[in-house]
Amino acid sequence: MDFRQRDIISIKDFSKEEIVSILEYAKRMVPYAKGQKQTTHLDQKILATLFFEPSTRTRLSFESAMHRLGGRVIGFSDPSGTSQKKGESLADTIRMADAYSDAIVIRHPQEGAARLAAEFSDVPVLNAGDGAGQHPTQCLLDLFTILTEKKKIQGNNVVLLGDLKYGRTVHSLAYALSLFKANLTFVSPETLKMPKEVFAECKQFGVEPASTTNLEKAIKDADVLYATRIQKERFPDAEEYNRVVGSYKVDLPLLQQAKEDLIIMHPLPRVVEIDPQVDATRHARYFIQAFNGVPVRMALLSLILGGKKL
Amino acid sequence: MKELKVTPIKDGTVIDHIPSGQALKVLRVLKLPQSTSSVVSVVMNVNGKKGKKDIVKIENRELDPKELNKIALIAPNATINIIRDYDVVKKHTVELPNEVIGLTKCSNPTCISNAREPVESRFHVVCKDPLRIRCYYCEREPEDITEGIM
Repeated sequence: MDFRQRDIISIKDFSKEEIVSILEYAKRMVPYAKGQKQTTHLDQKILATLFFEPSTRTRLSFESAMHRLGGRVIGFSDPSGTSQKKGESLADTIRMADAYSDAIVIRHPQEGAARLAAEFSDVPVLNAGDGAGQHPTQCLLDLFTILTEKKKIQGNNVVLLGDLKYGRTVHSLAYALSLFKANLTFVSPETLKMPKEVFAECKQFGVEPASTTNLEKAIKDADVLYATRIQKERFPDAEEYNRVVGSYKVDLPLLQQAKEDLIIMHPLPRVVEIDPQVDATRHARYFIQAFNGVPVRMALLSLILGGKKL
Repeated sequence: MKELKVTPIKDGTVIDHIPSGQALKVLRVLKLPQSTSSVVSVVMNVNGKKGKKDIVKIENRELDPKELNKIALIAPNATINIIRDYDVVKKHTVELPNEVIGLTKCSNPTCISNAREPVESRFHVVCKDPLRIRCYYCEREPEDITEGIM
C-alpha cells in the first residue's frame, strides 16, 4: 500500500484496508508522539500549515507531529496578515505554499476548499477541516481512539450525540463506522437530526442506524458515546441556536445508567455538553483522543512524505 | 387519425421525449424564448408510446453540444431532432456524461466552487435514473438540479 504524495481530503477517498493500515502504523508512532523515542525521519521536510479558520488541537497536533518526525513547519493561524485579505484567491495562495513546502495542511471556512487546493498544488494537501465539510484526520483519530480503547471497531454500539445536522465530524465518522460495521444510534434534538444522505451512506454498508431524541434510553447499551458541541458558528440564525443549545448534558447521574466500560469521546472544544465532573471518571477518553491526533497525523505525514516506514 | 396539435417546422430543433411537465425547465435552461425572436412551440402532456411526454420546437435554431448536455440534466431520455427544410437531418439522443462540468452551479452557498476561484463547477453523476449528482468540491447533492443550471 503506497501513500506517497497522496492527498488526504475526505475519508471517503480511502478503502477500509487503507484505513486499517494507517491506524496500525499510528500505533507505532505513539512512543515518538510521547517523546519516548526520537527520530529524524522527515529531516529537511517542510510542512505548510494554512489555517484560514481558528483551531487549537488540529493545528498544534499537526505541528507537533511534524516536529516529532524531525521536520519543520511554516504557516499561519490567522489569515488577517496574509494576501487573502488583499483579495488573493485561494488558488494563488496554494500555488505559493506549494512552492515553499513539501506538504500543505489547510483549514478553511468553505466546503471543498481542500479539494480545490489539491488541484492547484503539486505537493500533497491534507484537509484539516473545510467548513461544514470534511475533516478526515479527525475521523482517523476518532477511529484510532475507538480501536485502541475498545480493541476493535466492528460490533461496538456507538452513540453519536448533539449537533448531527451541522457537525462535520459526525458525518464522516458515521460513514467510517459503517464501513467497519459498528452499530450506530444518532441522538439529537429534532431540528438537528442527521441528514438523510448520511443514513443512505450507512445503509450502503448494511448498517441501519437508529435515531432518537432520548439520550437516557440510548446510553444504556452504548459502548462508545461520541458527544459533540452544538456549534453556534454553523447556525444560519441565532434563534435556532438558542432553542437547542444545552439540549443534552452528559453528567454523573446520566452515567449511572451506562455500561461499566462505556467510553466517552468528544472532538473538543466542549462547552456545556459534558460536565467537568465526568473528566475524572473511568469513562472519559476525550483528552486521550486529543493526544491521539499526534500519532495519527505522524503516521499520515510519514506515509505521505517519508518514502519508507519508520 | 391523430390530430397534430403543433404543425411541423421548416428549420430548427425539435426536442422530443421530455418528461411530462418538464418542458418549461428546458426552456429556462436554453434561455428561451428570450434568446430567439423565432417561434417556440411547447406541447405538454402528449400521449407517447411510453406514457405522457412534453415536446419543444424551436424554429430557426440548431442546438449546440453544450446545450444538449444541459438538457440531459433535465430530460435524460430526450431526443433532439435537427430539422432542415422539413426533414430530420440529424437525430441525437442526449447522453449524460459521468462528470458534469460547468453546466450547473453548486446549490451550497458556502461551497468553494461558488467563490471567486479559477475553477468551473464540477459534479460526479451518482445515479442516472433518478438523476443524482454530487459536487466534486463540497460533496453535497443538490436537491433541485435545474435550479443551478447556468
